[in-house]
Amino acid sequence: MILEAKDISFSYSGKGGELFSNINFKVENNERVWIPGPSGYGKTTLCKILAGYLKPCKGQVLLDGKPLPNKGYCPVQMIWQHPEKAVNPRLKMEKILSDGGTVEERIIEGLGIEEDWMNRYPQELSGGELQRFCIARALRKETRFLIADEISTMLDLITQSQIWNFLLEEVKRREIGLIVVSHSNTLLEQVAERKLPFMAEIDAA
Amino acid sequence: MENVRNHRKEIRGQGLECGKNLQCRQNLEFGLRIRLNQRQKARILLIFSVIFLTVTVILGICFHDAAMVTDFSRKNLAPCLSYPFGTDWLGRNMFCRTLTGLSTSILIGILAAGFSAIMALILGICAATLGKTADSGITFVIDMVMGIPHVLLLILISYAMGKGLKGVIVGVALTHWTSLARLIRGEVLQLRESEYIQIAAKLGCSKWQIARKHMLPHLFPQFVVGLVLLFPHAILHESSITFLGFGLSTEQPAIGIILSESMRYLIMGKWWLAVFPGLMLVLTVVLFEKGGTALRQILDPGSVHK
Repeated sequence: MILEAKDISFSYSGKGGELFSNINFKVENNERVWIPGPSGYGKTTLCKILAGYLKPCKGQVLLDGKPLPNKGYCPVQMIWQHPEKAVNPRLKMEKILSDGGTVEERIIEGLGIEEDWMNRYPQELSGGELQRFCIARALRKETRFLIADEISTMLDLITQSQIWNFLLEEVKRREIGLIVVSHSNTLLEQVAERKLPFMAEIDAA
Repeated sequence: MENVRNHRKEIRGQGLECGKNLQCRQNLEFGLRIRLNQRQKARILLIFSVIFLTVTVILGICFHDAAMVTDFSRKNLAPCLSYPFGTDWLGRNMFCRTLTGLSTSILIGILAAGFSAIMALILGICAATLGKTADSGITFVIDMVMGIPHVLLLILISYAMGKGLKGVIVGVALTHWTSLARLIRGEVLQLRESEYIQIAAKLGCSKWQIARKHMLPHLFPQFVVGLVLLFPHAILHESSITFLGFGLSTEQPAIGIILSESMRYLIMGKWWLAVFPGLMLVLTVVLFEKGGTALRQILDPGSVHK
């Protein structure tokens, strides 16, 4: 499968003041790539467009030549930067996890999610613990591409390596395409294989 | 020597920090104890209010006939054991009259507040989901109704509806929905934009599933608490427009009527005619208010951590 960004332009106001324009790239489902660029240049916005949360002003996001589905489980899943905002504060973790159907036991174990956490509310878990749930629910069988937007920035090094080890293994085994955003070069060296042509002119300068 | 001194400083610093930590922990534990108590307190308060209000309503209905009996052999009696609230100038038992009046008020309150809250729910959700034109239209109506003083609008509507029970209920229902509607509109708008709702949609939840699973737990407490907190308003406004003569008709034992009639006898020293019904009205309203606040504390899981 190929995830393709075709001539994507985006501006938040709808007219003028474009955040970025004419972005073109292709990612295959056995690749692991990263999006470069300093803060505030639209990396998260690009992620949201790729995962179908935002519609680009111009251009298209294509999955195997077809636009992303509007209804049902989206094969391109995004894991957000702030796990505490990505879970409903009034639901128990069990219910949050079942949002996208049942999650395999293997994934729950691999991410180190404990049985005891299931009956708690999100306020009663730490950011790292919440982020594991967010990753787990995005790893259903139908997932073909995973977009990881700064998913480990707020975690300590041990938790980071734990989560990334699992994620890398899973992604390689199931041939899920991985798109990573991070400011940590050491992490990117470990995780990603190539850089996407985004913000190339800024990068060159 | 220098080393030793530094070392000592370090130790002392650590000691200080330990002390601070300990104090912090003690404070935390202390806070936890109070918190638990508050939650339990809320529960007890809620149960007490519910029991008191149900008993009042049931007794009021039972005493309805007794409240109408006039007996000139016992008129103008001061409060005593057999007539705890005394009797009035027609020899009517004020205890029965007060309870019956209160139960009428509570029932009117439930009806009016219920209609009002349902109106608020529907209009609030419409404003938030039906697009910009509907939103600005409904917001305009909310602002307009809120801009007119409640009692004035109530009297107007009640009078136009021909006073009586119908006038009061319609009046209260039409004037009290605004703040709850605004609250629900804001909540739905905010929820729609929240990340977890967007994520749920991408995880394959349908619109209906999102509304039921993700939005309902947020809206339900707001709605129920809003509904309960509408009661005291409804009851007070019912009493006040009845007192002013635009509400229920005079033969009915309503609190507003009891109070307005007792005004004439107050200067003659019949203090019990106004004091006991007034106190009971205040008690009912306060209990509704406290019960609603307690309910909010119980329904909001986040409040456990406050």
